[in-house]
Formats: sequence, C-alpha cells, structure tokens
Amino acid sequence: MSTMSDPFSFNAGAVESSYVGNLGEAFRRYGEQNEDVLLISPDLGAGPVTGAFVQQFPERFIDAGIAECNAMSMAAGMATYGYKVFVLQMGAFGALKCAEQIRTDLAFSQVPVRILSAWSGLAMGFFGTTHHAVEDIAITRAIPGLTVLAPADDNAATAMLSASEQVPGPVFIRLTDANIHPVYDAPPEITVGRFGRLRDGVDGTIVGTGLGAQLAAGAAALLAQEGLSIRVLDAYSLKPLDEAAIVEAARATGAILTVEEHLVTGGLGSAVGEVLARNGLAVAFAIHGLPDETLTVGMPEQLYAHYGLTIEETAQRMRSLVSGKR
Amino acid sequence: MSSAETRGARDVLPRLRPVTADALQDRARQLRLDILDVISHAPMGHYSSSLSCAEILVTLYHHVLRLRRGEPGWDDRDRFLLGKGHVAVALWPLFAELEFFPQTWLRTFGQLDSKLTDHPDMHRAPGVDFSSGSLGHNLSVGLGMALAARRRGKDHRIYVLLGDGEIHEGQVWEAAMAAAHYKVGNLVAIVDANGSCADGPTESVMGIEPLAERFSSFGWHSIEVDGHDSGALMQAFEGAMRVTDQPVCVVARTLKGKGISFMEASPREWHLGALNGADLEQARREIREARQ
Repeated sequence: MSTMSDPFSFNAGAVESSYVGNLGEAFRRYGEQNEDVLLISPDLGAGPVTGAFVQQFPERFIDAGIAECNAMSMAAGMATYGYKVFVLQMGAFGALKCAEQIRTDLAFSQVPVRILSAWSGLAMGFFGTTHHAVEDIAITRAIPGLTVLAPADDNAATAMLSASEQVPGPVFIRLTDANIHPVYDAPPEITVGRFGRLRDGVDGTIVGTGLGAQLAAGAAALLAQEGLSIRVLDAYSLKPLDEAAIVEAARATGAILTVEEHLVTGGLGSAVGEVLARNGLAVAFAIHGLPDETLTVGMPEQLYAHYGLTIEETAQRMRSLVSGKR
Repeated sequence: MSSAETRGARDVLPRLRPVTADALQDRARQLRLDILDVISHAPMGHYSSSLSCAEILVTLYHHVLRLRRGEPGWDDRDRFLLGKGHVAVALWPLFAELEFFPQTWLRTFGQLDSKLTDHPDMHRAPGVDFSSGSLGHNLSVGLGMALAARRRGKDHRIYVLLGDGEIHEGQVWEAAMAAAHYKVGNLVAIVDANGSCADGPTESVMGIEPLAERFSSFGWHSIEVDGHDSGALMQAFEGAMRVTDQPVCVVARTLKGKGISFMEASPREWHLGALNGADLEQARREIREARQ
C-alpha cells in the first residue's frame, strides 16, 4: 500500500491511504454549492485534489501553466471581484517559490484566496530532495495576515474548505498526503485559532499537526497501555495558534512534545516553544520533527521510518520527556 | 443646485472624455510641479521615474479611464495598477484632484504612518486598485482582474503601468504568456520605457529590446508611441480600445527626469533624492518656463 498519490493523474480514490481522494470529492461538492468558487493551478488541476471539480466545471478552472508565481498573483486579482479563488500548488513549490507573492499580493492585500498546498512534508520524497516541502510552516507563519491551517487527516481536510470561510483574508491549507492513522471518523468542527482536543490526559501533552496529530493520537493510545495518561492536541490551526490551549496543557500536564512532518526549525515546535517562553512556563518540552539538514530521498513510509515519524518513536520521545520532568 | 452637484462630486467621468492634447500636456506639466511639491514635504522621493510617466498618467486619468469623481471604490470604474510602484507620488495629486481624498493629505506624503506612501497601498490610499512595491507582480494581478471582469460580464478595462526595468522580472513574461493565451481584450500594459535602471541604461543592465516586438511575439498587440506626446498617447489608447481579442502593450518611449534639465542629464542620480532650495527653485522654473 502506498501513501503517495499521483499528483499528475486523475485517480481520486485509487490510493486508499491518500486523503486527497476524499478532498477531491469534497472540493467538487463545495464548488457545486458555491458558484463563485474558482480554481487556478499551475498544471495540476486535473490531478486528484481538484480533478473532479475540473471535470464538472471546466469553465471555472484557470490553468496557469507551470508558472506558480503568476498563478498566485492572478488569484489575488480575481479575488478582488468577489470570487472565492482556490490555488492548488505543489507543497514543495507553493510556499517557497511564491513566498513573496503570498505576502505581498495575498496577505498584505487581504484578498480571500485559499491556497491548497498539496503533497507537503515528505509526500513527494520519491522524487528527490527538491520535492520535500518541509519549510512551509516556518515561511507561512512568519507572514502577518495569513491564516495557516493543517488538517490531520482526510476527514479534517474536507472540513477545511468551509472552515476557511471564517477568515476574510487569505488562507494557506497545508495538505500532506498521509492518512495512515486517521483520527476523525467524520469531518470535524474546525474553529480557526483553536486546536482540537483528541484525547485528555494529565501526565503530559502531545501537540501534533498533520501527520503529527495522527502520530500523537497513536502514541497516546500506546502509552495508555503503560498507564500513562497523555493529552493529545490537534494543531490544525497553526496561525493563529491556540495559545490558550498550549498554556493550559502546559500548566495541567507539565510536559509538552510537539510532532510535525516539517523541519524542527521554525515549525509547530518553534511556535509552541515561543508560547511557553512568552508565558514563563518552564515545563518539560521537546520538538519531534525532521532534522535541520538536507533530507534524504525515498517513498514516504520509508522516510517516516527513517526519520522516526512513527507512533513508536513518538511514544518513546514522550516516555523520555515524562520520565525526565521535574 | 446642491453643493455636491456644483462641486461635481459623484460625476461619472466617461471613457475618452473630450479634452485637447494641449490641455493634457499642460496638466502633465502641472503634475510635474505637483510631484515636486508633494515630495518637498517628505524626507525623499522618486523624482526622475515619476517625471517620465507624467503624460501617461495624465492621459489615463484625464481622458482614458472611466471613473467616478469622489468615489474611488465605484464598482464600474476601470482599474489602474501601478506596477512600477515607486512612482506613487505621481498618482497622489491626480487622486486628490478626483476627490478620492482631501488635498490636505498631499502634505503628509512620506511622513510617519501616512496614507500616502512611496509605493501605493490599497488599504491606505483610496483610489489604489491594488498595492504594489515588488516589481513584476501587477501585470499578473491585472490579468486576474481582467479575467474576473470578463467572467462577471463587466466591461471594465484594466491598465497596468510597468517600468522598462520591471520587465526584467520573469513573472511579467509569465503573465504576458497567460494574457495572450486567455485572449484578454480588456487588459492594457503600458511600458514606461525611460531607458534607465539603477545600475545604468536599461539596455546595458539587461537588454529588453526590441520591446514592442517581444510583446508581439508573445501574442500581444503592440503600439509604440512617444510617451511625452499627449496627442500620440490619446491615439494609442483609443487604438488599444479597438482591440478586443488580445491584450495590448503600449510601449511609451520616455525620458527619465523629463522636464528638469539636471535630472534629464543625471536620471540615475535623481531616481531617489531630496531637492534642496536652489535646485528646487530651478526645477520649478524650468517646468514653468516649458509651459510658455
């Protein structure tokens, strides 16, 4: 079973563990219900995330060709006419290549463009180092006026479409491709600026985003068998961050581990660390993510194992953290 | 008549409204004086590249664009985007004249937290249809507007003023390719071809010629014109309106620093600066004398 969907062909649903298939149908339905939804994409429209929409509404799809920056700025212009413009980008190229267009034309201008940043993290690890998207949280959370959401699994991904309407300005939706240990049975209620609480606990807290939330939930279940009571927070809203939830978890449980399919520099862990420092909370704290180095290549499952983005390794990190606290 | 009527507020100013080329030429000279005045309130300003596009901006705002006086957000206005955002100082006097904001704002240019910034900010200054400041973005934004207007069934026309150095940016050519591909007949790019970049003559920094042919080869209808000849600009923009199935590029040949001898002689030196008393007086005198 592969955890990687093919970004170039319309095979929605063909890959069981990929969540973009569900999102594809959700996006088609969302488009059916909102005639002002338009899609711009640099030669990715026919793929699994938006292929169903494009098939049903070809006239509402603007192919930008392989020109990501132009796609982003065009979206800004179209949004000034009241359209709900979605830009589908490959994670590896959207935030990095278009950081300045996102800042200047979307965030600074506060236009309602939604970026579907697909195949983020290690989802395209087979293709080479160029295709890792592991800096995008750091980049996007540094941009004022941008909302950054990251669904934990396929159900959460579908909920992000309507959730983005809570925000008048631009929204960056970070989609990885891993639906290995889904945490939601149905599309969850999403409130921008809040975290989801997947599990309650008193001995420590794991805060995960995207695949990290899946690993957090799995690790907490594992640790429960050992008698450890671990709280799990789904950090689906990376900007704004749920500062209150972090502070409360730190005070209530005394240990915080963050988990993300992103470099340990500048991502969720950094954001949570800033909150702890700002609030003077000297709790046991660790960041579990990808090392600050040029990453190797391979299929996503291989890379997850290689870098310890697994339930077992997450549980081990939490075990160490809890045993070392105070 | 109410005071609003006598003042002409809320008047729709139609496209190609009657005006003589001489009147536009005169207004362009006045705009050059206005630019000097507005910058005089600030620590510095972009002189020479503002002066090169005075006739272009005046022809657009006094003749070409459909606007509504006193209502910068009027939905059916034509859109204007300043790709070469560093010359926003040349827009502010035109916007004040159109009653988009009070004339008194002009004295705040470049001051702390001013609404009138060195590069235009759509959330600060009424009349700015989209912010700019990073070269190379606005043609893409304008293309998005042109596509959206067409989709909404609006007859809006979208104008984007680019610098000739700005078109070094690759994104300009991404937008140029896409605009031709989508056959947008409501998009006009104007290149203020003043021939000067920060490092030297544009052609020596990074050659862009033959400019009109380059846009034509991308599928645009190109018109080349003397950018300081208001009559020629009027004709060019009128010609652009007759093209309905492809984007139009008006290549306006201009002189950086136009109207002030020492700026024309050293356009790069006066790209950004602050005129002192004696120089300022000489600059004003030269512009006034050119009026005779």
